[in-house]
Amino acid sequence: MKALVHITLKPGVLDPQGKAIENALTNFGFQGVNDVRQGKYIELDLPDSDPATAESTVKEMCERLLANTVIENYRVEIVDRA
Amino acid sequence: MKAAVIVFPGSNCDRDLTVALAQSMGEQPAMVWHRDTTLPDVDLIAVPGGFSYGDYLRSGAMAAHSPIMKEVIRFAQRGVAVLGICNGFQVLTEAGLLPGVLMRNQNLRFVCKDVFLRVDQNDTMFSSGYTPGQIIRIPVAHHDGNYYIDADGHAQLEDEQRIAFRYCDESGAISKTANPNGSLSNIAGVLDPSRRILGMMPHPERLSDPILGGNDGRAMFDSLISSLS
Repeated sequence: MKALVHITLKPGVLDPQGKAIENALTNFGFQGVNDVRQGKYIELDLPDSDPATAESTVKEMCERLLANTVIENYRVEIVDRA
Repeated sequence: MKAAVIVFPGSNCDRDLTVALAQSMGEQPAMVWHRDTTLPDVDLIAVPGGFSYGDYLRSGAMAAHSPIMKEVIRFAQRGVAVLGICNGFQVLTEAGLLPGVLMRNQNLRFVCKDVFLRVDQNDTMFSSGYTPGQIIRIPVAHHDGNYYIDADGHAQLEDEQRIAFRYCDESGAISKTANPNGSLSNIAGVLDPSRRILGMMPHPERLSDPILGGNDGRAMFDSLISSLS
């Protein structure tokens, strides 16, 4: 079982890196680019065979380490992949 | 008065902090490795600056869960004083000992320079050697020092007078231009509710001897030693 974890900044939290990327894209000539937000993506393998158990384990990982919930939201996706 | 300095892989201000503490204490603090699981009997735990664990995941995030931190948290809950400087501040927020978070500097640059701080709280064991509103010159050197906390948390810090230091200009004015990293409300250092834990981004240990080019950090160590002795 594989978990795909997306960690993103909460709405309202300033993202200077996203802003810099947005400016760079505009400089490349891509028009109308707005609200670029940079996040993290983490993949991991789990021994669990039950998706619900796997999901709750990964959520606990997010709460305790993978995300800083003061500023970040997380989304967990469990996929059955060898 | 006994002190311990925690050393993580990637700490690089541990020795400077030890020298500054020893100068005020008259004896050497213990240096405790991150893998250790016990602390000696101490009155003060200092968490130094640096790049613990290479700043992997988030600055301070890995260090906050290293073996020695369980013991640091246990001591802190018992009322032992804790001082976190720079990366140490990041570690203490990640460990949940202090509120808020240190984000990437707003201008995205590593900032390394002397800044001015206004002493907003001098009724603490860390700052009793300063006068209220005193302007001090202390260096900063960080990439992630942009303090953020949500509106409720910020209001609580203000109400409880837990913002120890703010970035200011030479005359003491709290302005955007005097803010080196984009910190909310120019916050440079915060206290926990017991006022026995302080985290700050600037490095008092780097200007705590005239031979270093300044002595404004010295009063912090002298304050601590006189309160805890």
